[in-house]
Amino acid sequence: MIPAGFSYVRAGSVEEALDELSRHGDAARLLAGGHSLLPAMKLRRAEPGVLIDIGRLGELSYVRADGDRIAVGALTTHRILERDPVVAEGAPLLAAAARRIGDQQVRNRGTIGGSLAHADPAADLAAAVLALDGVLVARGPSGVREIPAREFFTGRHRNALAAGELLTEIRLPAAAGLSQAFEKFSRRALDWAVVGVAAQARPGGGTAIALIGMGPTPVRATAVEEALAAGVPAAEAARLAARGCEPPDNAVASAAYRAHLAEVLVARALAAL
Amino acid sequence: MIGSAVPRKEDAALLTGRGTFVDDIHRPGLLHMVYVHSTEAHALVTGIDTEEARSLPGVLGVWTARDFADLPPRPSVPGLERGYLAGDKVHYVGEPVAVVVAADRYTAADAARAVRVAYEPLPVMATVADALAPGAVPIFAPLPGNLALEQQVTPDDVTADLAAAPHRLRARLVNQRCAGTPIEPYGVLADWTGAGPTVWATVQAPHRVRAEIAERFGLARHLVRVIAPDVGGAFGVKSSFMPELFLAPELSRRLGRPVKYVETRGEHMVHTYHGRDQIQDVEVGFDAEGRILAMDVTITVNIGGVPDPVGIGLATLTSYMLGGCYRIPKIAARYRSVVTNTTPTASYRGAGRPEASFLIERVVDLVARELGEDPADVRKVNLIQPEEMPYQTPFEGIVYDEADYPAALDLLLGELDYAALRAEQARRLADPAAPLLGVGLSTFVEMGGFGPTPLFEQFGYLGGWESANVRMQPDGSVIVLVGTAPHGQGHQTALAQIVADQLNVPFDAISVLYGDTAVVQEGTGTMGSRGMPVAGNAVRQAAVEVAAKARTIAAHMLEAEADDVVPVGDGFQIKGVPEATVTMAEVAVRAFKPHLLPEGTALGLEHTAYYEPKNLSYPSGAHGCVVEIDRDTGRVTVLRYVCVDDCGTVINPLTARGQIHGGVAQGIAQALYEKVAFDPGGRPLAASLEDYMVPGPLDLPSYETHHIETKSSFNPLGAKGLGEAGATAAPQAVVNAVVDALAHLGVRDVEMPCTPERVWKVMHDAR
Repeated sequence: MIPAGFSYVRAGSVEEALDELSRHGDAARLLAGGHSLLPAMKLRRAEPGVLIDIGRLGELSYVRADGDRIAVGALTTHRILERDPVVAEGAPLLAAAARRIGDQQVRNRGTIGGSLAHADPAADLAAAVLALDGVLVARGPSGVREIPAREFFTGRHRNALAAGELLTEIRLPAAAGLSQAFEKFSRRALDWAVVGVAAQARPGGGTAIALIGMGPTPVRATAVEEALAAGVPAAEAARLAARGCEPPDNAVASAAYRAHLAEVLVARALAAL
Repeated sequence: MIGSAVPRKEDAALLTGRGTFVDDIHRPGLLHMVYVHSTEAHALVTGIDTEEARSLPGVLGVWTARDFADLPPRPSVPGLERGYLAGDKVHYVGEPVAVVVAADRYTAADAARAVRVAYEPLPVMATVADALAPGAVPIFAPLPGNLALEQQVTPDDVTADLAAAPHRLRARLVNQRCAGTPIEPYGVLADWTGAGPTVWATVQAPHRVRAEIAERFGLARHLVRVIAPDVGGAFGVKSSFMPELFLAPELSRRLGRPVKYVETRGEHMVHTYHGRDQIQDVEVGFDAEGRILAMDVTITVNIGGVPDPVGIGLATLTSYMLGGCYRIPKIAARYRSVVTNTTPTASYRGAGRPEASFLIERVVDLVARELGEDPADVRKVNLIQPEEMPYQTPFEGIVYDEADYPAALDLLLGELDYAALRAEQARRLADPAAPLLGVGLSTFVEMGGFGPTPLFEQFGYLGGWESANVRMQPDGSVIVLVGTAPHGQGHQTALAQIVADQLNVPFDAISVLYGDTAVVQEGTGTMGSRGMPVAGNAVRQAAVEVAAKARTIAAHMLEAEADDVVPVGDGFQIKGVPEATVTMAEVAVRAFKPHLLPEGTALGLEHTAYYEPKNLSYPSGAHGCVVEIDRDTGRVTVLRYVCVDDCGTVINPLTARGQIHGGVAQGIAQALYEKVAFDPGGRPLAASLEDYMVPGPLDLPSYETHHIETKSSFNPLGAKGLGEAGATAAPQAVVNAVVDALAHLGVRDVEMPCTPERVWKVMHDAR
């Protein structure tokens, strides 16, 4: 629980953060809410040479309705997502997922951008953003680019951000009036998901389903989505939840139990839609 | 005051962040000590390269086992002496191999990582089965094999009794390894100034620690001062003699500066000793009504890689308590303590007794199941009746004090509304959409009030008594010095209540001090539920003497005979003469006026008492648990947890409830959440609180607590102790409920912890 030495800089703006990132390269890590990075450093699972603190960049904390989209600043805390009226109206799935993260102290500090960029395969918000077909906005030395959520998670704790890029915003298609469900199974009330399911009815019909805890990255339950589209009853479609997944087999849960949980939770989520 | 639910004196400081724990203490020039822990479960140490570590700025030195070769070994099993650091061989992951001291903790931690230890791996035996397999390599050098101790506890041979019994059954029960996980991990600060060290440490028995330190360093005890400041939970794991208790003073002596060691949470999970870890093979004979006629038990204990003097023999206590609160005429018991490549095991809340209670309570349920009888009825058939008390168990010297086991069970069944629960259970069973319901009972008895001296000497203590000094100040307020070292129990409060009653002084006018060998006369410590039954009686006895002397002085002041003077209001009066009064404050000040005292009366108003318990005490009760099981996921949810406890005299119902709550929480944790596991290579699988499932408040139910108060005749207060009762009662109440919920599937047992996955698998396999 004693981290290795590191140096610390606090960025006063996004531009400054980008400058610091380019200056320090691979040695640097961005510090947002710190609720994943600091424990990892204390356990010496991460030993960054430089911490670039972006936690006080107020310019990246916002929720805006933007026509048929909602724009969420990367430094928006889980607690804000839980309570924001725009999120409640246009992306209630995101609020439901945020509500299940840790305890309130964690939700007061943790940020959506930090959580997504950390790319933990069991992160609650990742499931919601993936089911909502969110788009992640990155700023880097060569400008701004959009990365679809489906392409963002590239491996366990790996994402599609290029060197020197900073995640600034998450854009979500507004889903007002559409039903959604978030199901999470964890070993303790306040714990990571063993398996989690985010399900969202789509505007044009159909259902998007994302799973966490079922592989190195959050994944879409494509087989279930296709079966539903083909008219297969929900209870039957749910049995396809683990198809194509490679759930981890470890001390948290066996692969077989995770696959079973995925089926149970998808069935529950679909029943709740 | 006894019996009043007064709020704790301790809380104002603790709740406002003004507690003083070891890590809060700073000394000028403080240095920080960090261990290099073994990363191998079983290996020869072929080299330790400390050069890079020593070269880091701020590092004062790196020491290995050979640097402490002149220090006598740690308190050990005779013949199985253990050093401070692993020498030529490591026995488990987490064993300290070297120690680093630096000017700050960060540098010390960096330097510890820079120490390169070369290992030559040996075959790893992480389970007792592997360690006892034919041809297994001996792990701990002085032992020729891995069986460290084989103990026949009763000479009874029950073969004939079992053969003659109308019914028999066998079971193998597993009581898994648990970690203490107090909020505050282990910590030591040693400052060797002048002739000896002052040592602040998170310990449960400061005087014993002083004695052991003095002995190691060849010092007279008055030169060693041990202080246990506020201690943030201990649960038995702070009663082990960890190497840091001796290394910190030794390094302070060598370096001429104070040295602090504070364990990290990650270290706590592999370095501080664990508890439990028994495999129990039982055969029981019984009749058609479920009356248990004979029982044969073999216990196999995993004591880890380096035998601990307490851990090696803890199953003796398990054996003594095997009969539970039942009239079982014959019990044959034996145990084997086995060395494996895991962290050593020793005391953890209940220390040997919860394992016994778990065994007998599971066995009673198995008997009921076998006969198709209700578990409550089978208990009633076997319970020892109140008129049989004191009850001589089949074990010599183990005599239960007064209790009414049937009354506790009846109260529990009423509070549970047992018949209604059974009806609800049947209704849910018939409805596939409803979660399964299970009800579990645990009619338990355990040992408290440790002593007496002949027993406690076996654990290396000077005695099993406790000491108290009650000293009235000239203004009539009172300071109590007691030899216990509480770590959350609330002794400042409960002991003040006892004194308030005897001395007739206000609760607020009494302060209780403990935990400092330079202040407290002598002491044994806080463990084995001995606070109220032993220290409480020492305090009471001292207060009785002070009260008697105060009365003598009061009589002198009132010019009356002592027998004619009675306590009243805030002082004394002559019996039947309300105007002839004197206040306690007036008496107190008089005690310091030699010329105004009766002839031959010594100055001052104080007394030191040493109370030796005649026997152990036996807290008991009946706990019931109602669980719900999700048929799809296997998740167990505790819906209700109802406790009926009989700890004898309840000194403070509020702190008594607190003890029950905490103990039950740890018991539910063992039943449903916690397990210290290792992979076959001896690598810890629960080396952080991310992996070791300590439940939080949202995972635990509200507790319904009830008391019946059957005073023990074994001590004047009539108290039996309560600190370990909850942890002793709860695991089997929960497991019995889980098995009960699954009984229709033919399930007979679910191993702890009953995690969702394990329960799901059991249901899946049973279908």
